[in-house]
Amino acid sequence: MPALAVFLLGIAVWEGYTRGADVESFLLPPLSEILQTLWEDRATFVSAGWFTFKEAVGGFLIGSTAGILVALLLARWRGLGRAIMPYAIAANAIPIIAFAPITNNWFGLLNPLSKMVIAAVLCFFPVLVNTLRGLTSVRPSSIELMRSYACGELEIFRRVRIPTALPFIFSALKIATVLAMIGAIVGDYFGGSQEALGILIRRSAGIFAFQEAWAAIVVASVLGIAFYGAVALAERVTMRWYPAGRVE
Amino acid sequence: MSGMETSRQAVVKLERVTKQFGKAGVVALEDVDLDIGPGEFVSLIGPSGCGKSTLLRVVGDLIQPTGGAVEVNGKSAHQARVDRDYGIVFQDAVLFEWRTVARNIGLPLELAGWSRERRRERVQEMLELVELSGFEGHHPWQLSGGMQQRVSIARALSFEPALLLMDEPFGALDEMTRERLNLELLRIWAASGSTVVFVTHSISEAVFLSTRVVVMSPRPGRITGIVDVDLPQPRTFRTREEPRFAELIRDVRRTLRQGGGFEAEEDDHLEERLIAAEEGTT
Repeated sequence: MPALAVFLLGIAVWEGYTRGADVESFLLPPLSEILQTLWEDRATFVSAGWFTFKEAVGGFLIGSTAGILVALLLARWRGLGRAIMPYAIAANAIPIIAFAPITNNWFGLLNPLSKMVIAAVLCFFPVLVNTLRGLTSVRPSSIELMRSYACGELEIFRRVRIPTALPFIFSALKIATVLAMIGAIVGDYFGGSQEALGILIRRSAGIFAFQEAWAAIVVASVLGIAFYGAVALAERVTMRWYPAGRVE
Repeated sequence: MSGMETSRQAVVKLERVTKQFGKAGVVALEDVDLDIGPGEFVSLIGPSGCGKSTLLRVVGDLIQPTGGAVEVNGKSAHQARVDRDYGIVFQDAVLFEWRTVARNIGLPLELAGWSRERRRERVQEMLELVELSGFEGHHPWQLSGGMQQRVSIARALSFEPALLLMDEPFGALDEMTRERLNLELLRIWAASGSTVVFVTHSISEAVFLSTRVVVMSPRPGRITGIVDVDLPQPRTFRTREEPRFAELIRDVRRTLRQGGGFEAEEDDHLEERLIAAEEGTT
């Protein structure tokens, strides 16, 4: 309830301030005007949102799957992991978004794959690093217990390492949803299909159609929150056993 | 009962067992000879780093000795592990959070391929044995430390192994809980008829529980003496108040002292680290 009050207050301040202080619309249009624009041209916004959302989800799926698979390999062969991890961590610090213009050249400006690759690479490293941390954070006595039951590596992965890693994997996946949306939209900024949301934002802002630009930003925000929420929901469903209050 | 039963086939037979970690590294065990007969309750006691945890893992085939021979149930330690001849309990209960109490207890049965129905029946029996009936649907974090350790014991005994290995199982519990669980463990031991090897660094706990107390010296870990505990069974809260109990404590202390057990100030976690590194469990 207090959260809802803050939300409503925020909207009221936004609306009141932009109208009362007569803020220039290129700085911040009143919310009501943005929503009106959004409603009037909803077909365009929905299809642009859907287009970019598909880029983000595609990139998320590719990058997260690859991150989890590589983490499994590195956890199984720890020597390999120790050799590769310093580079993975360094790569994690690279502003991957800087490659966006390049991937446009690699995969074609209009090919959604060029945005998916940026989103995928953005998702890959945090998912890899977190998953590996989860897979290797198993207590030694858990492994000893499984070995006392004559379990092999595969059984230990399936029954101990992967369940132990789940909380780590899900917190990485939640971060990855945000990164995937950023990757797709910023990827669009460097050029792409006229249907894309990022293109719509850039073009509207360029021709002083700030209500349109803001309406597109609202669409991007709603999609981002929904994406995050879907993964958070999957987390709840998968980890019902997790002690209440320990899910972040 | 220890004296009579050593004539029967030993459950654990150690001959000149030696363990050195790494080449020219720490000698954790040196020339350890020990026979443990069926139905015995044997404690291994000694200061931190005397190799008692290492010895327990050598018996369980979790660590390979660098010398000597180990037999469990008349076969190699490796075969005994593959045949699931022993159950193990650690200081921390090692329950899997994502499994309920019932599914934690049933884990070894699941791995052995028992049907759901048989598993359910056995888990109920085990819950009764450790007096946790009604908690089958709980998750580990909903239980106290003592209850968690009872679940861990139930899991170790669920498949009726001939041998129960326990590595300081009550070390993390408060004194009162510990004494209560000691009594409970003796009741379970009597009911199950299994052989127990129990690692502890509490002298009174070792004397209270055991039929024999094996006293070990610090590095290199050697057996410096064995104290036969002739306290009558079943033992009760009163046992600790008997004069004979005090005498036996004194005997164990003396043996420990003569082996240099009170002089060594060991790095508490050295043995733990060596074991983890060797097993590659981290």
